[in-house]
Amino acid sequence: MEHAAEQVHHAADTVAAAAAHAPDLHYAIWLLLFPLIGLVVNGLINRNWPEKLTGWFGSLMIIGSFSVAVSLFMQLLKLDPHHRAVNVTFFNWLNIGGLHLDFAFLIDPLSVVMILVVTGISSLIHIYSIGYMHGDARFRVFFTYLNLFVFFMLILVLGNNYPIMFIGWEGVGLASYLLIGFWWEDMSKAEAGMKAFVVNRIGDFGVLIAMFLMFSHLGTLTFSEVFPAAAQHYAHDLNNAVIVGIGLMLLLGAAGKSAQFPLYVWLPDAMAGPTPVSALIHAATMVTAGVYMIARSSMFYVLAPNAAWVVALIGGFTALFAATIGLRQFDIKKVLAYSTVSQLGYMVMACGVFAFGAGVFHLMTHAFFKALLFLGSGAVIHTMHGGLHHVNDHHTDPQDIRNMGGLRKKIPVTFWTFLLATLAIAGIPGFSGFFSKDEILAYAFMFFKGEGGLTILPYVLGLVAAGLTAFYMFRLVYLTFYGKYKGPEGSEEGLHESPAVMTVPLMILAILAVIGGWVGLPPVLGENLNKMHHWLEPVFAPSFEAVHYHPEHLSMGTEWVLITIAVLTALFGIGLAWMFYIKQGREAKPDSEQTGFAKVLWKKYYLDEIYNAGVIQPLIKTCKFFWHGVDEKVVDGGMVHGSARTVRWGGSVLRTLQTGVVGNYAVLLVIGVVAILLAVYVR
Amino acid sequence: MIMDLTVGLNHYLILAAILFAIGVMGVLTRRNILIIFMSVEMMLNSANMTLIAFSHYLENAGGMIFTFFTLTVAAAEVGVGLAIVVTIFRNTESLDVRKLNLLKN
Repeated sequence: MEHAAEQVHHAADTVAAAAAHAPDLHYAIWLLLFPLIGLVVNGLINRNWPEKLTGWFGSLMIIGSFSVAVSLFMQLLKLDPHHRAVNVTFFNWLNIGGLHLDFAFLIDPLSVVMILVVTGISSLIHIYSIGYMHGDARFRVFFTYLNLFVFFMLILVLGNNYPIMFIGWEGVGLASYLLIGFWWEDMSKAEAGMKAFVVNRIGDFGVLIAMFLMFSHLGTLTFSEVFPAAAQHYAHDLNNAVIVGIGLMLLLGAAGKSAQFPLYVWLPDAMAGPTPVSALIHAATMVTAGVYMIARSSMFYVLAPNAAWVVALIGGFTALFAATIGLRQFDIKKVLAYSTVSQLGYMVMACGVFAFGAGVFHLMTHAFFKALLFLGSGAVIHTMHGGLHHVNDHHTDPQDIRNMGGLRKKIPVTFWTFLLATLAIAGIPGFSGFFSKDEILAYAFMFFKGEGGLTILPYVLGLVAAGLTAFYMFRLVYLTFYGKYKGPEGSEEGLHESPAVMTVPLMILAILAVIGGWVGLPPVLGENLNKMHHWLEPVFAPSFEAVHYHPEHLSMGTEWVLITIAVLTALFGIGLAWMFYIKQGREAKPDSEQTGFAKVLWKKYYLDEIYNAGVIQPLIKTCKFFWHGVDEKVVDGGMVHGSARTVRWGGSVLRTLQTGVVGNYAVLLVIGVVAILLAVYVR
Repeated sequence: MIMDLTVGLNHYLILAAILFAIGVMGVLTRRNILIIFMSVEMMLNSANMTLIAFSHYLENAGGMIFTFFTLTVAAAEVGVGLAIVVTIFRNTESLDVRKLNLLKN
């Protein structure tokens, strides 16, 4: 008791001491309260509110969160860069043995970037959803789920220890599951939700193991304690098995949540959810949680360069692998899904070459342009629905780009915003994606310069993936917006631009997709222009200092060469797409005419089939063995029915004693008495 | 050795034991419910006999007083027992305990 009291005192002292230096940021709880109010009101209280009120109420709650995030950003700006990590403790959460956890936020440059991106993009997507989900029977439920998602996502990025982060981690998984299967009446959509949930479980297992390792070897799970402890114990023992284990297990978690090879398979299927969900959860925010976790755990990776190397390879390979699949997809959302996997691979790769800041920077720019691309695709699908509805066509797939074409003139706002986002993702200079992608490639090259040999791989993988990205994105644009309209006869009349609640968020995101990268200009344009880098530097500095890691410097000449190579690669990809789909006027072939390697790509390397044959079917067979063999025969047959049979048999024997003849009972009575007397007196 | 012909405690106890054994045999072997009932009474009274014998031997009146109580209770018990026997006879028109086997199986 005394001990606990002392600790409370101690905690109070620390809080008081921290308060002396830092502003009181306890109002940060409103970040969580706004979405919580939204989900409680829309989920429990709201019964028959009109759509507009429901939607705007949900959206306003998120805008409230966004304004809190902006205010927190301002507060941090006022502080000295080296004191921009504020722990805000709300209450003592767990005290079990040696484990002491507070329910507390860590407000530092990294978490502020995350909350700004999450709440900012969410606000726009909430507003967009008011238009997109118009007329849906479960409109209210949709907004409840969206608020639920934001609530957990903020817990994930704000928690100041791993368990709180893990609560958010699991919570967003739940929200993701609910929203992927939002139209569960369609069995395939419900199954996509289940697939996402199950595949993510594998990753969650990794996070749990990593936490167990941390606690057993470092004795704490709070960020501000566990990283210094790791540095203290292992800085002179690089690649210690414990730290490598933690690093790899966290990577497993990130591979699940951030859709890295080999666990990415759930993300393309997750496109079964409504498009705003794809934009918010499966492109801009939730899937970046893995990247956030790796960046947050930077200490473990600098202490275990071997684990970091695996991270770089997995990321680079995913970037390339997913990009090749993206070349041959026909569903507009599937192309974007594989593009997301590929771009997430970029971010993970950046973390693997110790460019954590660049990874987070790409996370931000990607959130802008990929959210825009998804919302744009949603607007296209919305338009196609309108067209098909016009001719009462319910068979043509409104998401298949082989049914589109020439939409440029019908929906100019969607087209132009979509085009800007495409230029950004392709890496055209001046657009946001260029700066972040270029920074990652520059760091990958620096890494090679420092390490030599095979470490060129991340750079090469990234560069090739960049070229492929430019190609498939422009293929998508050309097939969707250029050429002739290929939809059913007459449906052209029904094509209309989406309402303002949908187009205005598109325009805002388009502005961000263009200028969002200007906070991180490369050194060739001048010293200290990379604001993003300097902003995030204090977060990762302790990690680098622990091992005295100094990245190689690149000369201006090398920088220019790298930029030129990257831009030429992008232009080559765009040029190739232009030649194929505009100059030669190629059309995407129907399913039945797919052959050769193109078919392999279209079938996603048959990876789902391989998993089915290699993992799922054996698992089902094993389960059936345990069901029919072990459960039915041994447990049910042997133990459950067996004990019943034993009792019945015993009963049938003992029942013969009950003759109903009073004389027999009397005999037994006497025998019993005699036996007791003998037992008592003879002994 | 001169035979001691005075009646001592042991004689009473042996007589009580013989009565008890006869009672037990009666309960075990007879089929007439009334005879069984009488045998039970005999067992009971053999117990009473030991109580009185000890009471006399120890010169303590407690045993005799206890016997009065036993007899009183036994009288009540006989009343109930005979009532049951009468009821059984009314229902089965027999006093054979072998026929009272409704609890079998």
